[in-house]
Amino acid sequence: MLGKLSWAAIPFDQPIPLFTAALVGVAIICVLAWVTLKGWLPYLWREWITSVDHKRIGIMYILLAMVMLLRGFADAIMMRSQQALAFQSEGYLPPEHYDQIFSAHGTLMIFFVAMPFVIGLMNFVMPLQLGIRDVAFPTLNSVSFWLTATGALLVNISLVVGEFARTGWLPYPPLSELTYSPGVGVDYYLWSLQISGVGTLLTGVNFVTTVLKIRAPGMTLMRMPMFCWTTLASNLLIVAAFPILTATLAMLLLDRYLGFHFFTNEAGGNLMMFMNLIWAWGHPEVYILILPAFGIFSEVISTFSGKPLFGYRSMVMATMAICVLSFTVWLHHFFTMGAGADVNAIFGIASMIIAVPTGVKVFNWLFTMYGGRVVYSPPMLWSIGFMVTFVIGGMTGVLMAVPPADFVLHNSLFLVAHFHNVIIGGVLFGAFAGYTYWFPKAFGFRLHDGLGRASFWCWIVGFYVAFMPLYVVGLMGMTRRMQHYDVPEWRPWLLIAAGGAAIILVGIILQIAQLVVSIRRREELRDETGDPWNGRSLEWATPSPPPAFNFAVLPSVEGDEAYWGIKQRTRQQARLGEEPSYADIEIPRNSPTGFTCAFFATFMGFALIWHIWWIVALAALGAFATFVIFAWRDEVEYVIPADAVARIDRDNRTARGEFALSGAVS
Amino acid sequence: MSAFDAAVGQEVSNRLERAQGHIARHAAGALASKRIIAGYGFWIFLLSDIVMFSAFFAAYAVLVDATAGGPSGQSLFNLGNVGIETTCLLLSSFTCGLASIGARTHNGFWFYGAMAATFILGATFVGIEIREFTGMIALGAGPTRSAFLSAFFTLVGCHGLHVTIGLLWLLTMMAQVFAKGYRADILRRLLCFSLFWHALDIIWVGLFTMVYLMGVAQ
Repeated sequence: MLGKLSWAAIPFDQPIPLFTAALVGVAIICVLAWVTLKGWLPYLWREWITSVDHKRIGIMYILLAMVMLLRGFADAIMMRSQQALAFQSEGYLPPEHYDQIFSAHGTLMIFFVAMPFVIGLMNFVMPLQLGIRDVAFPTLNSVSFWLTATGALLVNISLVVGEFARTGWLPYPPLSELTYSPGVGVDYYLWSLQISGVGTLLTGVNFVTTVLKIRAPGMTLMRMPMFCWTTLASNLLIVAAFPILTATLAMLLLDRYLGFHFFTNEAGGNLMMFMNLIWAWGHPEVYILILPAFGIFSEVISTFSGKPLFGYRSMVMATMAICVLSFTVWLHHFFTMGAGADVNAIFGIASMIIAVPTGVKVFNWLFTMYGGRVVYSPPMLWSIGFMVTFVIGGMTGVLMAVPPADFVLHNSLFLVAHFHNVIIGGVLFGAFAGYTYWFPKAFGFRLHDGLGRASFWCWIVGFYVAFMPLYVVGLMGMTRRMQHYDVPEWRPWLLIAAGGAAIILVGIILQIAQLVVSIRRREELRDETGDPWNGRSLEWATPSPPPAFNFAVLPSVEGDEAYWGIKQRTRQQARLGEEPSYADIEIPRNSPTGFTCAFFATFMGFALIWHIWWIVALAALGAFATFVIFAWRDEVEYVIPADAVARIDRDNRTARGEFALSGAVS
Repeated sequence: MSAFDAAVGQEVSNRLERAQGHIARHAAGALASKRIIAGYGFWIFLLSDIVMFSAFFAAYAVLVDATAGGPSGQSLFNLGNVGIETTCLLLSSFTCGLASIGARTHNGFWFYGAMAATFILGATFVGIEIREFTGMIALGAGPTRSAFLSAFFTLVGCHGLHVTIGLLWLLTMMAQVFAKGYRADILRRLLCFSLFWHALDIIWVGLFTMVYLMGVAQ
């Protein structure tokens, strides 16, 4: 009846997951009770859960990423403290638990923190920057989000029901095959990634179509803000790379569920094929994450230097070059696995070449700042912190792209330090810069400045203290994923690293405090103008928060830096442009399709993991019925009448006129 | 200037104007119609689907000789069957095209007739494939026998699964047209469906060549 599921799946003998789960469970029940008692449930359902508005979906993505960041960081703290304690002893985490922690940490941080964070920012910002009302397929967007949430939920369910994979964040066979991982851990990993992977792929399709087919009149490709270019590149990579992940994980699933022999040791299976396939997705994946961050830094640095982005065209070229080259370097993840000197040399050189466009970008940012009037606001601090940190991470990467050096460094903590250096210093700092930068646009008030600065300094100092020692122990020969060790020379460095993690923890607490304090003091942090940073692209032309339709009349773009141009004209003519003629606006109706789909996907994923086949069949039927019901709708849009549009827009014009003419621009 | 010349001149300038408008619209990146957006988005999705197939193709190419002492393609494949399958699928693409024309002209006879023919041809294809699979399994040449057979069943089966999903979609579209008529949004979905159906043909051509023809020729 319930397949492999029984009471034995609950880890009653392990206090840590049990206690954590109880705590999280109580927290969820409290939040739900609070929301219900306050009577907010209908509001949440109407305005958020069923929303197909790209801004709301973007905010929900970022919220998901932040909650998952806490979970992933809890794993990080446990790993650092375990390695600090486990010198010539067992520490406090048994090996089978420790292995699950480092696997869950990597999986969560990449798929459910970094991905939703950048997708959330792209969702919120890209249509506003293009001067349009929504993405190409709004309901599909909601489906994408909820499928991602399903994946995150399944990973977290594994904390209490059953176990998670012990195979690392990429389940290398043969370890991940049924013979060596007979439990449900790898199945949790595979199904949650398959489900959220569908969501990500649909996002890719949606965003590529949006950028290439729907832009405001006059917004040519070469007038798009840099963030839209990096969004395009990142989503092209999603469309080209995620299907490879889906296929690869499907092969592993077939091996595990139906006894196929893709990657097994017997019957002709080829485990090296897994390495090739998974990294043919995996290397583009790191650029899927970092390119949007590059876009954010471009926007932030240009805005806070008060200058147009230096070398816009070279930046576009560099972005697209990275987009293509990212598919030519995958083999550098396994130089040591016997490809031979010639093949290794080719991929080593390709890996060094891809550093060139990245270098172009760094110089462009530096020259954007050069001669500018730089304002050191929190988003700018994250950006400068990024430039310094990322260059170090990039150089250690180029070092490892030299195959002979990689033979020494492969699978050592040097590697771990390298990719944290680029992912924290690049993706995460970018996400935080974007979060601080666009927060006032989303909510109409700024984040607290002082707490933002404090958290930045904790993060960056904490990062260096936590990860520079890992470079050192890596060079001393310490391999990754060690549950205990007995080399006395490593100990001090690992103690320092644990201290660094504690400093980052303070940074995270300060970020939470920043959010709470900002919400409480929102009246004094209020941004009436819609343009708190003196921005240059079209998202700043809307009120904060923007109305459901974003733009009352689609802006007509007449040059680079669309909104900067409009502000310049306003100032020269000492008045706003003519009031446009307003028309009715059609807005897509909200739809529970995404949520319902994810509801069934959750049951289906859980049932597949535990082999409960009748639930699988029912859930598949439910998902199909959901789509049919969606397809049967007759009214898909509602109309905002012209006079309501006019009323909203006149307020915005008034605020903007006062602001633009008050000299704040000059 | 004769009336003819004037007419030609008028026509030329009209065309020029249209062409310029076209260029300007493109350069300006103005909003495309919903039909274009839906079709374009679905094309992007199909490309991603083809990337997924390419991973299965690559796996097949890597594992084709890994028969682990079991049967190879040469002893298993029956080109006669595959020929019938191919004929069914290619004909179904033709009838699918007829159904598109029927929908565009709001002609129920052609639309329902051609969709039904597409369904029958597609179902025949799936039926023959299932018979081929069960026959191979009965011979002890199932997907668990060797890595080659794992890759074969996955690649061909993935295509078959796509066709099956396409059949389900086809029936849904017929029901939708029946219930709602030739509404613009339904016609957009029909466009996507026919793109999907033709893309499956393209993949089958690759599959037919790489798996069956090359398998028998070994």
